[in-house]
Amino acid sequence: MSILLEIENLSVEFETASGPFRAVDGVSMKVHEGEVLAIVGESGSGKSVSMLAVMGLLPWTAKVRADKMLFQGRDLLGLDASARRKLVGKDMAMIFQEPMASLNPCFTVGFQIEEVLRVHLGLDRKARRARAIELLDAVGIPDPASRLSAYPHQMSGGQCQRVMIAVAIACNPKLLIADEPTTALDVTIQKQILDLLMRLQAEHGMGLIMITHNMGVVAETADRVVVQYKGKKMEEADVLSLFENPQHPYTKALLAALPENATGDRLPTVSAAAFEEVLQ
Amino acid sequence: MSPVLEIRDIKRDYRLPGGLFRQDKVIHAVKGVSFALEKGKTLAIVGESGCGKSTLARILTMIDAPTAGELFIEGKRVDIAKDGLSPEMRRKVQIVFQNPYGSLNPRQKVGEVLMEPLVINQTDMPASERRERAQGMLKKVGLGPEHFNRYPHMFSGGQRQRIAIARALMLNPSLLVLDEPVSALDLSVQAQVLNLLADLQDEFGLTYVFISHDLSVVRYIADEVMVMYFGEAVEHGTRDAVFSNPQHSYTKTLFAATPRASVENIKARLARKAAA
Ligand SMILES: Nc1ncnc2c1ncn2[C@@H]1O[C@H](COP(=O)(O)OP(=O)(O)OP(=O)(O)O)[C@@H](O)[C@H]1O
Ligand SMILES: Nc1ncnc2c1ncn2[C@@H]1O[C@H](COP(=O)(O)OP(=O)(O)OP(=O)(O)O)[C@@H](O)[C@H]1O
Ligand SMILES: [Mg+2]
Ligand SMILES: [Mg+2]
Repeated sequence: MSILLEIENLSVEFETASGPFRAVDGVSMKVHEGEVLAIVGESGSGKSVSMLAVMGLLPWTAKVRADKMLFQGRDLLGLDASARRKLVGKDMAMIFQEPMASLNPCFTVGFQIEEVLRVHLGLDRKARRARAIELLDAVGIPDPASRLSAYPHQMSGGQCQRVMIAVAIACNPKLLIADEPTTALDVTIQKQILDLLMRLQAEHGMGLIMITHNMGVVAETADRVVVQYKGKKMEEADVLSLFENPQHPYTKALLAALPENATGDRLPTVSAAAFEEVLQ
Repeated sequence: MSPVLEIRDIKRDYRLPGGLFRQDKVIHAVKGVSFALEKGKTLAIVGESGCGKSTLARILTMIDAPTAGELFIEGKRVDIAKDGLSPEMRRKVQIVFQNPYGSLNPRQKVGEVLMEPLVINQTDMPASERRERAQGMLKKVGLGPEHFNRYPHMFSGGQRQRIAIARALMLNPSLLVLDEPVSALDLSVQAQVLNLLADLQDEFGLTYVFISHDLSVVRYIADEVMVMYFGEAVEHGTRDAVFSNPQHSYTKTLFAATPRASVENIKARLARKAAA
């Protein structure tokens, strides 16, 4: 299978009041067509920032550097604004982490879905509306036709998340980056959404990057897993090896911290001290 | 002992305007829910996305008035539509919103966010102590002093979620409604936050209403579990009763659909994929 995304030695630095802060530190990864790569790691470890860098969506305070950042062989770092606009949302799409904050509060749900269909696929009005209804239905929104005219604040948290998913998959992207795509969903709808993503992946050969802290979701979907900690890639393995034989202390601690593995009335925390020295 | 929180037959309808030729559409988001919760206990609410949990949370925290039904806090009937809300009530009952980003002022530094309630409620407290308390709270949710002067947009999703929890705790509430408070946290930080909530409950007798999709978290934290389905409470019992002997078909489906992070599970999936 050919390589969709290739990142080599990616670093992102932010200017902050207390000096520069390196959120991503020398991360490399590859995603092939039809492959599901899961990224797991501690809160604040640079998972979202590294993927926002790929999409070119970081604020100006961010300094992005990489030896290589290629999408289907095209250099993403050197892309001009208009070429990027054509790519992002069409061939490369992202489901953002905070759905209620990522939708535009001023526009109806229907408009926000139809807009990507208009801009990227040039569909006419009738076709756009039909496709929008089809997408809302696919993500399990009941009575989709009547929901097109609703504003984001009139939808529940999980409904907003599913609208975001509908927007992201509207143009059948070649690469979908899903940043915690099911956090606002109960497990029955989560299953429906994961099945939908896996179907798109199998049918269209879509590459999928799945950022999640839910190890159950990793177990259900991933081919390969990257473990990140404090901006660095700690470990990369195929999914079975990672669960059977985790190498890095952080990965081991992560698997041990599953609430279903809790003994007694306190949850085990990942004690940083236990492996901080290994990182030096 | 009288309950800290009681609701009787609470209902909430929403109206979606229909436009020129279509009638308004009425959504019955909450259809008559009742329960009573005692001091120092945790009630977990689970249910399908869109079944009315956040709507109910806003009613419990007196942000939104119900269409019908009664709300009692510490035995006192509360009717915000008629009587408004006293500052004391506003402090006692806190909410952690499902959408932390939307609930934080983008122009306010995190340190200020945390100190603000102290400025309003404890005017005689010296500034140095306010600062100390705010930094102490940041530490408790796993953030550091370097985060004190940052704005909300400079944080990760999980960090913002912890800031929202820290802010709610700064006011020393007696009733805290948490709407998906740990959904964005990885397991280690999640454990730290859940342990913190459990400690505060032990120490100060806090009462929690905890909305969550994560059944393993619910199982860890809840005394009682209520299952909602299309605006109704279809099941309500002690944690052990609901987990060991679920009655409603939706509850059963819920348990069955939980993905398991086990090696056997992965092997089975890979075998299915290879066969396809
Ligand atoms: N605009 C910014 N300015 C300064 N620091 C930032 C900014 N945006 C993010 N950061 C910092 O970069 C680090 C990585 O953030 P990122 O959002 O990638 O974390 P994450 O791994 O996605 O975490 P989570 O699981 O909590 O979403 C965090 O420590 C965060 O505080
Ligand atoms: N302001 C509003 N106007 C119209 N309908 C609304 C409004 N707010 C919520 N709804 C609808 O009411 C229902 C219940 O929404 P609510 O946010 O309470 O669900 P929830 O159980 O919290 O779901 P989730 O788990 O997805 O967050 C949903 O169908 C939603 O679309
Ligand atoms: Mg993130
Ligand atoms: Mg909700």
